[in-house]
Amino acid sequence: MRAAADVDVPVPASPPAVRRAGRLGDSALVLLGLLALWQFGSWVVGAAVLPAPAATLAKLWAIMSSSDFGGHAWETGRAFLSALAIAFAAGLAIGLLLGAHRLSAEVAEPILVALYAIPKITLYPIILLLFGLGISAKIAFGVIHGIVPVAVFTMAAVRNIRPVYLRAARAMRLTPVQTAGRIMLPAALPGIVSGLRIGFSLTLLGTLIGEMFASQRGIGYLLVKAMETNDVATVVALATLLIVVATIVSGALLALNRRLDRSPKPGR
Amino acid sequence: MGSSSTVQASLSGVTRVYPAGGAGKPVHALGPIDLELRAGEFFSVVGPSGCGKSTLLDVMAGLAPPSSGTIAFEGKPVRGQVPDGIGVVFQEDASFPWLTAYDNAAFAARQAGLPENEVRARVEHTLSFMGLMPFAGAYPAQLSGGMRQRVCIARTLVTRPRLLLLDEPFGALDQQTRLLMGDELLALWRETGATVLLITHSLDEAALLSDRIGVMSARPGTFIDLVETGWPRERDSRIVSRPEFGELTGRIWAGLRDQSMRALAAAR
Repeated sequence: MRAAADVDVPVPASPPAVRRAGRLGDSALVLLGLLALWQFGSWVVGAAVLPAPAATLAKLWAIMSSSDFGGHAWETGRAFLSALAIAFAAGLAIGLLLGAHRLSAEVAEPILVALYAIPKITLYPIILLLFGLGISAKIAFGVIHGIVPVAVFTMAAVRNIRPVYLRAARAMRLTPVQTAGRIMLPAALPGIVSGLRIGFSLTLLGTLIGEMFASQRGIGYLLVKAMETNDVATVVALATLLIVVATIVSGALLALNRRLDRSPKPGR
Repeated sequence: MGSSSTVQASLSGVTRVYPAGGAGKPVHALGPIDLELRAGEFFSVVGPSGCGKSTLLDVMAGLAPPSSGTIAFEGKPVRGQVPDGIGVVFQEDASFPWLTAYDNAAFAARQAGLPENEVRARVEHTLSFMGLMPFAGAYPAQLSGGMRQRVCIARTLVTRPRLLLLDEPFGALDQQTRLLMGDELLALWRETGATVLLITHSLDEAALLSDRIGVMSARPGTFIDLVETGWPRERDSRIVSRPEFGELTGRIWAGLRDQSMRALAAAR
């Protein structure tokens, strides 16, 4: 089976430019398909329930041009970026520590997974009591969503480093610090970036949910206010904005992930 | 070589016992082993599976401490770390997926602190000698299993080890590739003048490549026979058609058959 490939010939890869163009073309097709589906859905259920893409875009433009939108976006952005920074830093620290210590990891993993499974919205009243009604509560709520996946993925990435890399490091007389920086970090990086990608999405989710309750500012607040007044056009416009932003960042992280992860795939 | 009588590495009374885990009994994996490696010779170790061949290599390299006995390399005791002058290639693919073939090959030499122009000269020489130069810019994922293993061999050779320890480096490859890799290994051995200790489970490989062959017993592994092949230094895989080749493999198997049956019975 592998004999032919093993002798000498590497699998010829198509030029990166061609592959990139192909991937972009595929993405454009998917986007067009989704827009068509959206338009079709709007015709079927009526614009009062699901506004059409063009109308939504116009509405979004109107919202973004309004004088108070900047303040709401800044509030959400500030809360989200703070939550993201804390979730990433703390998640990485916890993940690296647990990854380096097998027994701690074995004890902590089921606890982390259980925490991950809790519907965190049930904790929100406690968070509000702890942090008050301001931005801190939103940040805290974003953090508790994002921190666990970052920690779990980082821990798994460190623990899954192939032992033969560490043996090779010893055979090449690397010091422990060199082994951490030149072997363990690059070996674990793809897994860590996967965790950051999921952590990003969940932190955004947490921050927005935080804004939807007991808040007077931010995009989550605008969303809830529009829902209360049955302003479907605004709801759909804001949802579209959030989806676009989240998709772009998540796509960028996924691209980074693919660039970093050059491990041979099974079956090669 | 004129220096073939100089002892380069020696083991005396070396054993390795794995301490009891939980309620289990301690496992006596290896020894006692007495062995003197002559500078510049090609020495192979064959033995039934589980006889401690790889443990022998780990202990010789300083990757694992012996439970008793002493190991010396170039007159100095080996203890706790891999001495300068010993290079190790593992059975598993230990190429670093985040580095190109070139950077993989350069890794150990850079680690040893060689100036970059010297690193480049050595890497280019080694990759050219092994026919890997066209793939210098490829990542391991783009290479076949055999080529990845050759990149690992190149990485070790670039440091110019005086003793090369090979732990079944071709174990995962098919027979034809193994024969060709054996030829390449012989050419590298002649070119570098290094001493080679090759762990293998293949009688053919041992009989084909070696000046001397150590035949090991079932666990705890000790040497039950030392076979001098008497091959000329200039040789390649075509010697498989010589009548002496058949006699050699016959002699090794005569000693090994009984041991292998014992190992098999113990595993059941």
